[in-house]
Amino acid sequence: MAANGAPTKLTQGAPAKGGIGESTLRPDGTLKVTGEFAYSSDMWHEDMLWGQILRSTVAHAEIVSIDTAEALALPGVYAVMTYDDLPTDVRHYGLEIQDTPVLAHGKVRHHGEPVAIVAADHPETARRAAAKIKVEYRELPLVTDEASATAPDAVLVHEHRTDHHIHHVPHPNIVHRQPIVRGDAEAAARRADVIVRGEYTFGMQDQAFLGPESGLAVPEEDGGVHLYIATQWLHSDLRQMAPVLGLPEDKVRMTLSGVGGAFGGREDLSMQIHACLLALRTGKPVKIVYNRFESFFGHVHRHPAKLSYEHGATRDGKLTHVKCRIVLDGGAYASASPAVVGNASSLGVGPYAVDHVDIEAIALYTNNPPCGAMRGFGAVQACFAYEAQMDKVARELGLDPVEFRQRNAMEQGTLMPTGQPVDSPAPVAELLRRVKAMPMPPERQWESSEGADVRQLPGGLSNTTHGEGVVRGVGYAVGIKNVGFSEGFDDYSTARVRLEVAGGEPVATVHTAMAEVGQGGVTVHAQIARTELGVAQVTIHPADTAVGSAGSTSASRQTYVTGGAVKHACELVRERVLEIGRRRFGSYHPAWATAELLLEGGKVVTDGGEVLADLVDVLEGEAVEVEREWRHRPTEPFDPRTGQGNGHVQYSFAAHRAVVEVDTELGLVKVIELACAQDVGKALNPLSVVGQIQGGTTQGLGIAVMEEIVVDPKTAKVRNPSFTDYLIPTILDTPTIPVDVLELADDHAPYGLRGIGEAPTLSSTPAVLAAIRDATGLPLDRTPVRPEHLTGTN
Amino acid sequence: MRVNFTVNGRPQEADDVWEGESLLYVLRERLGLPGSKNACEQGECGSCTVRLDGVPVCSCLVAAGQAEGREVVTVEGLAEYARERAGGTPAQDSGLAPIQQAFLDAGAVQCGFCTPGLLVAADEMLERNPTPSDADIREALSGNLCRCTGYEKIMDAVRLAAARQSEGV
Repeated sequence: MAANGAPTKLTQGAPAKGGIGESTLRPDGTLKVTGEFAYSSDMWHEDMLWGQILRSTVAHAEIVSIDTAEALALPGVYAVMTYDDLPTDVRHYGLEIQDTPVLAHGKVRHHGEPVAIVAADHPETARRAAAKIKVEYRELPLVTDEASATAPDAVLVHEHRTDHHIHHVPHPNIVHRQPIVRGDAEAAARRADVIVRGEYTFGMQDQAFLGPESGLAVPEEDGGVHLYIATQWLHSDLRQMAPVLGLPEDKVRMTLSGVGGAFGGREDLSMQIHACLLALRTGKPVKIVYNRFESFFGHVHRHPAKLSYEHGATRDGKLTHVKCRIVLDGGAYASASPAVVGNASSLGVGPYAVDHVDIEAIALYTNNPPCGAMRGFGAVQACFAYEAQMDKVARELGLDPVEFRQRNAMEQGTLMPTGQPVDSPAPVAELLRRVKAMPMPPERQWESSEGADVRQLPGGLSNTTHGEGVVRGVGYAVGIKNVGFSEGFDDYSTARVRLEVAGGEPVATVHTAMAEVGQGGVTVHAQIARTELGVAQVTIHPADTAVGSAGSTSASRQTYVTGGAVKHACELVRERVLEIGRRRFGSYHPAWATAELLLEGGKVVTDGGEVLADLVDVLEGEAVEVEREWRHRPTEPFDPRTGQGNGHVQYSFAAHRAVVEVDTELGLVKVIELACAQDVGKALNPLSVVGQIQGGTTQGLGIAVMEEIVVDPKTAKVRNPSFTDYLIPTILDTPTIPVDVLELADDHAPYGLRGIGEAPTLSSTPAVLAAIRDATGLPLDRTPVRPEHLTGTN
Repeated sequence: MRVNFTVNGRPQEADDVWEGESLLYVLRERLGLPGSKNACEQGECGSCTVRLDGVPVCSCLVAAGQAEGREVVTVEGLAEYARERAGGTPAQDSGLAPIQQAFLDAGAVQCGFCTPGLLVAADEMLERNPTPSDADIREALSGNLCRCTGYEKIMDAVRLAAARQSEGV
């Protein structure tokens, strides 16, 4: 059975022209503006049932009993399943540590944990049936912060850990700990003229992708299942799903449907296993679509953090040392916490040259909502704190904050705290110079001939000020993010490229399992194929598990790694085409044997531009197809005691200047402009590059002044799971975002490119905070900033 | 219950509608028009924006029964709607409405989930206000959340559509 609205025709769209370096338009753009693009929540199948998940109403409790009888008796209900109904002994999953129950077993560890699943013939019937399941809980003491997690009598969130991190953590409620020690921070501190300390708090951010978690599982005649799904990594899902379903991986077929954003929130499984379980149980297709309320419980969030920093510097403005301790709240399940710890620690000093560092980062197990991947991944929290520190030290020294940063900026050749040399351009000082050199937005831009336009003032249409009490502030920040999976992970991608003649012209088909989540990977893959194979027509095959893994659409890695795989496969196709050409036509022209040959404009040409043959004639009905895995340079794990090691592949740098206006009487902030300068190595698609930078910048703005998942410390329950209470920036909250793109090639990467998606999310937040501090003179050691922090009324 | 209304110029009849169903649900699940999106289903994000007798509404907040006898325009009918407004002349070679073409050309589409609602809202604003200031655009689109773009390219798209409209291209 194939799903109606299956994405083959409805997610790929029409080809567009243009090779690398051009602002080619999205191939899926027309489908997206006409409403025809098939997102995972748009899937439909005849006889389809709707799945619903029952989630825990308490954060930490034993499950005394579950009674499903009333739910099963409801007309229209086809199945109700709990832990006891799972088909195999594999009943847990996880990205790295398999600690997450498919359905709760005897205990729930966080508010909103899945307890039971229902399939019914109408979504409302499924919801009502789920509400009729009676679960009796016996509440347990809560672990909610470092003190309650590591107290001598602390309740253990997971009693029987067997993961490999347990051997080096100081307490079983600590998922992972990574110290990084280089030089002698104690001795260096004695040489410092000024020492500045700070304690910082970073709130819990939600990815808030707009397309809710959703998918359609269709049972197949061979006993397998086909899942149409929105995810960031098909093969990672598959690896976790198949053992729970009791199926070999080749009987779990996965096709990527339209993905409505991701930002890290789709790295972990959500409804994948649940939909497949219900489909296999009922023998009918099952669709699950979370609503927004459930989405807040259905994926991990950005780790909230407590960060303690000590910076020392000499009078001439050189950093002597940095000490820091970063405590990340991982919540109830591990998710990506170990890797987030690796990033927070190894990038904890920021893009600065510091020879003496003493860093420790940990992630806790608590009964708070599970936290994992979100754009910036550990580097975001650290950047907020170290950039606040850099401003403080500059003030102590009486130096301009940009000047102070530039004096300490890392450059190519600088050693990271891990001892790893930065072996490609690191234009940190230059990015700061560029962002500072951008023209400033005009003062009092709300003034017009008809009086104040309140839409341009803090408070906006609430009409709270016409300029009285409004003070402007300016702030700067810069950040460093790693690109690709680090710490020895085998981070490869697979690409299958086929070149053939169709309709009288050469056509290339690129098939990968890359999850297009909006970033524009499909655009770039076609551009690469056009450049490498010299053809106009490129078809992007739907992403599915019929081809090898493309790794995750995360860590700013897809253009680098899957793009690299597409480039490599194209090069191999080109070699074969040229071999065929030499065989067929080599005797007609000596250049076949002697010249450097290229494919351009559908022809084989010499590097001197002489045309040797038309590709249509070379191929003569033959198709050339190559599938290859491609890897970036290997990395190595960080030493568990010293944190030394060549753990990262590449770094990405962005700098921001924020201009804000603050109504100091009401504590309302209007961000006027967020200028960004970023080094992208090589902009494969300049329009998309700027779009990524502006989008990332805006998510950083969100965590600066608006976004926070509020968890009640007494109950560990989420208090604001809706877009009414969890506020993401609207078009009124978002300023103009001028972008200055720098292109300094990284010789290790395809085309010299640099992963770009995450770096702008780092420095945006501290730049806004610095600007608000500049306007108000307040220390502001937590983000997001709320009005009461500015008015002193909290 | 049975609901009769006009969608994108065509009379539609939906049977067996449960009274609690929204207009959005009926469009998406009963009439095969999933272009209007279900991002929050509580009227906060604007992804489900359609025009109801010409007025932009969040279709998730409209009970299906409230649409009885009324005219609905969704993103699927936007190009046709724009064509009729322009006196039947095709607006673009592509067959798209000018606002749709402008979103493509300006790079205003990333994941695209907010796009249908933004298109309907922006098209309605340009109908009312053909020469909007930036502040006008921001005010008109403030009910439509986008998580990917940072809105800059959306601003560019609406400015582009307005400019093309005033130049008659």
